[in-house]
This record gives sequence, C-alpha cells and structure tokens, in this order.
Amino acid sequence: MFIYFIEQCLNGVQLGMLLFLLAAGLTLIFGIMDLVNLAHGSLYMLGAYFAATIAGWTDSFLLAVPLALLATLVVGMAVEVIAMRRLYGRDHLDHVLGTFGLILFFNELTRLIWGPAGMTLSLPIWLNDAVELLPGLYYPLYRMVIIVATILVAIFLYAVVMRTRIGMLIRAGASNREMMGALGINIKLLYTFVFGLGAALAGFAGLMQAPILTVQIGMGENILIVAFVVIVIGGIGSIRGAFIAALFVGMVDTIGRAFFPDLLRLILSREAAASAAPALSSMLIYILMAAVLVLRPEGLFPASSR
Amino acid sequence: MSAAVTVRTVVVAGVLAFLFLLPAYAAFTGHTFLVTLFTRIVILALAATSLNLILGYGGMVSFGHAAYLGIGGYAVGILAAEGITSGFVQWPVALAASAVTSLLIGLLCLRTRGVYFIMITLAFAQMIYYLAVGLARYGGDDGLTIYRRSQFAGLINLGNKTVFYYVCLVLLVGSIWLVWRLTNSRFGLVIQGARSNDRRMRSIGFPTFRYRLACFVIAGTLCGLAGVLLANHTDFVSPAAMHWTRSGDLIVMVVLGGMASPFGSLMGAIALLVLEEALSGITEYWQIILGPLLLLVVLFARRGIDGLLDMAASGRPSAAAKLEVKGGHG
Repeated sequence: MFIYFIEQCLNGVQLGMLLFLLAAGLTLIFGIMDLVNLAHGSLYMLGAYFAATIAGWTDSFLLAVPLALLATLVVGMAVEVIAMRRLYGRDHLDHVLGTFGLILFFNELTRLIWGPAGMTLSLPIWLNDAVELLPGLYYPLYRMVIIVATILVAIFLYAVVMRTRIGMLIRAGASNREMMGALGINIKLLYTFVFGLGAALAGFAGLMQAPILTVQIGMGENILIVAFVVIVIGGIGSIRGAFIAALFVGMVDTIGRAFFPDLLRLILSREAAASAAPALSSMLIYILMAAVLVLRPEGLFPASSR
Repeated sequence: MSAAVTVRTVVVAGVLAFLFLLPAYAAFTGHTFLVTLFTRIVILALAATSLNLILGYGGMVSFGHAAYLGIGGYAVGILAAEGITSGFVQWPVALAASAVTSLLIGLLCLRTRGVYFIMITLAFAQMIYYLAVGLARYGGDDGLTIYRRSQFAGLINLGNKTVFYYVCLVLLVGSIWLVWRLTNSRFGLVIQGARSNDRRMRSIGFPTFRYRLACFVIAGTLCGLAGVLLANHTDFVSPAAMHWTRSGDLIVMVVLGGMASPFGSLMGAIALLVLEEALSGITEYWQIILGPLLLLVVLFARRGIDGLLDMAASGRPSAAAKLEVKGGHG
C-alpha cells in the first residue's frame, strides 16, 4: 500500500509538471499580450505529432525531441505572425472565437495530413526500463525522465525570465506595455518570441507525453481545460502560482483517482461506490477550483501587477 | 435610421415566414430532410438565443453554455429510462435541474470577471461532461437511447415530425419574445448597464450581482429547454451534447448573428448550420475552411449579420461585409 502510494505521488508530480508546461505558456501569453489562447492545446498536439513522425523517419527518439520542439516553435511563431498579432488589444471574446477557429483548423489539418487513426511513438529499448527507487518500488524509467526533464525546463524558464535581458523585457512588458514601446523596445518581435516560447513549452509537454499516450486529434483539448483550472487556481499571469497550482492539481487528480474509490467504499455500499467513483473522482479538481474561488476569487497567487 | 429598421424588419419577416412555411415546402417538393435539418437549427437557435441574453446583453462570456443542453437532455433521458415518459413530469424536472445547476455555477462564476469567467464556465461545463461520462448506469460515454419521446397525454404527438417542428418553432419564437421583453424591461436595462459599467450601477444602488445571477439562471433554464427538445429530436442523449466545442458553436452563432440583437442568434444559427451543411457537401475536411472563416469574421465583420443589415440599409457595404455575405450563403 505504501509503495503504491509513493508510485501514485510520482505520477501526480509527473502530471503536475506537464500541466505546468502548458499553464506557464498560457499564463505568459496572457500576462504579456493579454491574449486568451484556446489554440494552445493544438500546439501540444502538434508537438506530439511532430515527435512521432520524426521518430518514425529517423528511428531516433533523441533526434525527434529537439527537431519536434523546433518545429513547434516555428509553427507557433508563424501562427503569431499570421493570426494572433491581429487579435492583440481586442476583446477577450474575439480571442476566444478566433482561437476556436484555429482549433478547428488545426484539428482538421492534422486529420488531413496524418489521417484520423492516430499514431504511437515507441520508446527506445534503453528508455523502456524501470528503476528501483526504493526497495520494492520499481518506477518506469521514462516517467522519471519526464519528471526530471520538466523540472529542468521549469528551472530554465525561471532562469530566462528572472536572469536574462529577454526575461527582463518580458517582465517589463507584463507590467507596462506602452512604456516599453516608448523606450524603443521592439514589442512586435518580443511578442512573437513570447508566443513561440509558449508554443515550444506546449509542444514539449505534448512530445514528452507522446510515448505514454496515443497521439491523436483533440488530445490537447482536455488537458488544456485542466490547464485552465490550474491557471484559475494559481492566479492568472503568475508563473509561480501556475507551478504550485499545477503540482497541486496533478496530485489531487492522480491521488483522487487512485484512492477515492476505496474511500467511497467506506461510506457507501460496494455497488453504489463502484458506480459513483469514476464520476466523482474526475470531478475532484473542479470542486477544488470551486473551493479556491469561494475563498480567493483572484486565485491563490494573483499577479501583483494587475 | 428608419431605413435600417425597414431592411432588418423585411429580412426578419422573410426568415420567419420561411420557417413557418418550411414543412409545406418540404412536403410539396419531397425534400423531407429539410424538416429534420431545420428542426435542429431551430433548437440550436433557441439555445443560442438563451446565450445571447447573457453574452450579448449581459456581457457574460459563458463558454459552458452547452452544459444546460446536456442537463435538459439527460433529465429527459434518465426519466425515460426509469419509465417516466410523461412530458408533464419530464419537462418541469429538466427545467428545474437546469435552473438549479445554473444557479450553483452562476453563484461561483459571477464572483469573477473577464478571462476568469470564460475559463471557469468552461471548466464547470467540462466537469458536468465528465459526470455524464461517469454515469455508467445511463450509458456513460456511449450515451442513452430514448425509446419514447415525451408524452403529453395524447394532446400533442411529438413523434410526428411536422408537429414536433412547429412545437420547437413556437417555443423559439416565444423565447425570442421573452428575451426581447426582458431586455427592454427595467431588469434588462440594469443588466445592460452592468455590462457597460458595473461599478457605476452598483454605486447608484443596484445590487447587480443578483440581477446578473437571475439573468444567468434564466439563460440556463431556457437552454435546458433547448436540451429537452434536442433529446426528443435525436431520441438520444450523450455526453457529446455538452462537449466544449458545442459551447463554442453556440458562441459562434451568437456573434455571427450579431450580439444583443433579438433575432441575431436565429440568423447566426441558420448561417452557421447551413454553412456547415454546404461546406461538408464540398469537402470532407470542411472545418479547414470554417476555422479560418471564423477568424475572418472576428477580424472584419465583428458585428455579425445584424451589423450587415445596418450597413445594407445605409448603403455602404464594406469588403468584409461582402465576404460575410458570400460566407453566409455558402
């Protein structure tokens, strides 16, 4: 039981870190460009498709990761230049509608290029292993790789935003756009870069998940809505809030699904628990969100600049 | 300005006349599928009209409105599965369930503004979607077949396609009338005032939260009615009825038709669904056209068909307006 618990905790961390990659991109884009991007999930999906395709061509997972990341970055920047740029400064409803249109476009384009069946990305043999973390606790090596890699990306993101010149511009842009422009910063270029960065983060999340899940159309949408829950809990525009909320949501969701049915059996009959458990445990994170909203409508860590 | 009223009035009257005469036309030409298609359009127009009340007039961008379609539908489906087929029970239960759900969701969501509101309504709709997926007893993911449409003690036979179409149409026109009356009442003016400047409305003494909540509940209940009709129309209800893309479609209908326009959502529903029908006749991959088209509407024809009617009246059709006309007629 204890080993099972630790295992589920690790799964929770893994889900949380993936949610963080998505939520960080969303919250960066929202914080700086004031843009609600529903199509963020499409970039997650494209990251996974690119990785599966490139791995199929080159037969190398290690080569597929950077190339797929680069491809998602390029697609993200192209989307920014062609479409998103025209949506800045408009009503949020316009963002919702415009990016909803983009989702339809990307889903259909994916179906046109890769077909409706979906793809799988198989791991190289050396990754398809398990490590013994504790005596008796074997955990899949690849899942450990995901956890470590996403934590490294999170540290990298922190370093970029807090320690580099570009990061300084990003933070400045989040607090006062007009002043940045007045100081002669090329805002257009910065926006394209930030959007590309967000796209690459989403693509990275997608391609890391690709070997575990089936790569399929619409895979980005369900997880995107969970990323929204993360942002609402963490506070829009706050990367720190996104990080903490992502881990929190990842843990609650995973642990809830693993142990909630057993807990329910303590208070309900076996049949009632068995029929209610799947529905109730998938509702947990939304109930958590509702609770946060009641206590702190602005989220746990509202960005101070807004 | 009087010319604008005339053009719009003529178009609206034309559309309504077309809708009322459609079954006769379909019977005459033998295109009976038209009745099925337009029943669907009329039902979704009813849902869009309810969304227009909060989105267009109240400025509340709900991205979870399809949840009430599902709740209305599931109320009918679950009661039917348990052997209660009387519409006199099913319909009030469905409306009450939608009202209670929208009250709970509204209480939480209306504490927030802007993007939060969009994301939270979306998240709660997703929660209800997963709840339906988890209902193994009532079909779970696969949905629930409804073997008998709602029974009204032999007074109205919903099994008859034409009768059912007219029931839907009358309910739609009634709802448009209700929304129109509401928005022109004191209540509606408070709602619209809160959309433009909530703080000012509160400072002159209106408890806008209560007004907005009441508005949210009315919209949710009306949409629940659309869900009841949709379930009866398809004889089936499944989680797909409240998939988040359905909520997106409803927003598209409202904006395409023209926000805060009484008949706008009807126009938007007809335009979107006829366009879908036409595009899917051209190519299997029709959404690849629809997606960018939505983006173009957002960028260049933001006021929708209603705005177009204004422009037609004042005689300055813009390039975007022409594009919109092309799109609207497929």
